[in-house]
Amino acid sequence: MEKIHIAPAEAAKLHWFAVPDGWLLLDVNSGSVLRVDEATVACLEKIAAGEELDQEAEEIAAELLALKEQGLMFSDDAYLGQYEPPEPVLKSLCLNICHDCDLRCKYCFASTGSFGGRRSMMSFETGAKALDMVLANSGGRKFLEVDFFGGEPLLNIGVVKRLVAYGREREKAFGKTFRFTFTTNCVGLTPEIAAWAEENNISVVLSHDGRPEVHDRQRVFPNGRGSYDVVTKNIQYFLAHNTRGNAIVRGTYTAYNKDFCEDIKHWLELGFPRLSMEPAVETDGPRKLTEADLPGLKEEYWRLARLYQERREAGKPFDFFHFRLDLSHGPCLPKRLTGCGAGYEYMVVTPEGELYPCHQFVGREAYKLGTVDEGVWPEAKDIVEKFRQAHVYNKASCRGCWARFFCSGGCHANADLFHHDIMQPYELGCQISRIRLECAIWLAVKQKEAEICG
Amino acid sequence: MTKHIQVVFKGKLQESAKSGGCGNCQSSCQSACKTSCTVGNQACEK
Ligand code: SF4
Ligand code: SF4
Repeated sequence: MEKIHIAPAEAAKLHWFAVPDGWLLLDVNSGSVLRVDEATVACLEKIAAGEELDQEAEEIAAELLALKEQGLMFSDDAYLGQYEPPEPVLKSLCLNICHDCDLRCKYCFASTGSFGGRRSMMSFETGAKALDMVLANSGGRKFLEVDFFGGEPLLNIGVVKRLVAYGREREKAFGKTFRFTFTTNCVGLTPEIAAWAEENNISVVLSHDGRPEVHDRQRVFPNGRGSYDVVTKNIQYFLAHNTRGNAIVRGTYTAYNKDFCEDIKHWLELGFPRLSMEPAVETDGPRKLTEADLPGLKEEYWRLARLYQERREAGKPFDFFHFRLDLSHGPCLPKRLTGCGAGYEYMVVTPEGELYPCHQFVGREAYKLGTVDEGVWPEAKDIVEKFRQAHVYNKASCRGCWARFFCSGGCHANADLFHHDIMQPYELGCQISRIRLECAIWLAVKQKEAEICG
Repeated sequence: MTKHIQVVFKGKLQESAKSGGCGNCQSSCQSACKTSCTVGNQACEK
C-alpha cells in the first residue's frame, strides 16, 4: 500500500481540543464538528509536525481523507481573497439617550456616564432625526435595531417613550420594523416602566454583577453605597412580569471575581434565567485581567459549562449567552466575516446628535463621523471605509485563528484601546473568546448527542 | 461510521456563502457593556 501523506498545512485547517468527555475537532472552514479519540489526536499531531505516520495513524489518516471527500474535513475557504463587504447600509443605532448616570460603577467605560464630556440628555428632536436617518439609509434591510443606551437611559425615559412611539409610527411608511432595546442599571426600573416595556415589546438588558459583595464593590451610588438591594428587587419584579422572555441579566467580572461561576449560581438562586457575564476590559488598575489569569479563567468557564450541562440534564436549564451556539443553523459566512458592523452598519448617536462608529468610540475625536443633521461627513468616508474593511480576512491575526468564523474579528474599540489600531485585536479578549467557544461547541455537541440518543 | 471519528455536525459554511449575506440578522456588538454576543451565537433570520 502506498504511504499516505497529509501536508502539515492541512492540519492548520482544523482545531482539536480536549473536553470533559474526550476530544472534539472543528473543521474550521466548513464548520463541521466531529468527536475524535486519542489516537486521532495523536495522528493529527504527527501530521501537524510533519512526522512519519505509523500504521494506526495511517489508518486514521485514511479515514480523515475519506471525510475530506465528503467536505467535512480539511475544507478550504473558497471565499478567502474574494470577499467584498456589503455596501455601507445603516441598519442599527445606539442612541446615547443620556450622558449621565445614577450610579458610579468603578469599571464604567463611559467614565460614570458622562463619556469624558459633560453630562447631557438627548432631546426628542435629535432622537427623531436619528430614527429618520436610519429609516432613510437602511436600503433593503427590514429590521432596524435601536438600543437606548447611556449613561443610564431611564434617566431620560420620557424621551425614550416618545421615540418608541415615533418609531412605531414612522416604520409603517417604510415597511420596516424597529427592534428596540434598552440597557439599564435597574436603579430606576419601576413597575410602570416594566409594564411599558412589556406592552411595547422592548428587549431589555439588565445589569447586575451577582453576589452582593461582588455587586456592591463595583456598582455603587455616588455616595459610595452599594446598589445590590435596590437593583435586585427591581430585576425580580421586572422578570416576574416579563412574559416575552426578551430580558437578559448581564454582569461584568473583573480580577476581583475570577470565580464568577459563583455569581452565576447566585443569579440562578435569585431566579434569573437568561444570563450573560463578561470580562471587564481595563488597561490598568486592580480590576485588570491579565494573561496570568487565563488558566484560572479557563477552569472557571469549564466549571460553568459543566454546571450548564448538569442543570440541563436535570431538567433545570438556564440560558448563558455565550453558550448559545447553533451549529446547524447559525449565521451565514458573510455575516461571520462582517462582525459588529460598527462604523458602517451600526453607529452611535450622542445626546448632541454626533455620530461615532459605536458607543465605545464616543469621545475618541478622531473617529467622529458626522451628525444627525448633516449625516456622515464626506471627509469621514475614509473612516467608514476603514471599518468596513476591518473584517476577518484583512486582520493578520484573525486569518490564522480557528475561531474566526464565530468571533468575526473581535471588538474594534478594544483593538483601538490597546493597540491604537482597529486591525489588531485585543489578545486577552481573543483568548477568552476561544475558551468560551470551546465550551459552547462542547455543549452543542452534548445537546445533539442527547437528541440522537433520546 | 469509523471507530475513531464520529461526525456530529455537518457544517455548511462554505455553501452559506452563496445563499447568505441578506444582512437582516441582528447586529452583534462584542463589548462587555452591551448585549454582547459573538457572531456565532446568533440565529439567522431566514
Ligand atoms: S479570536 Fe481574535 S484572532 Fe481570533 S478571530 Fe477573534 S479577534 Fe481574530
Ligand atoms: S467595535 Fe466593539 S464595542 Fe463597538 S460595536 Fe463593535 S464589538 Fe461593539
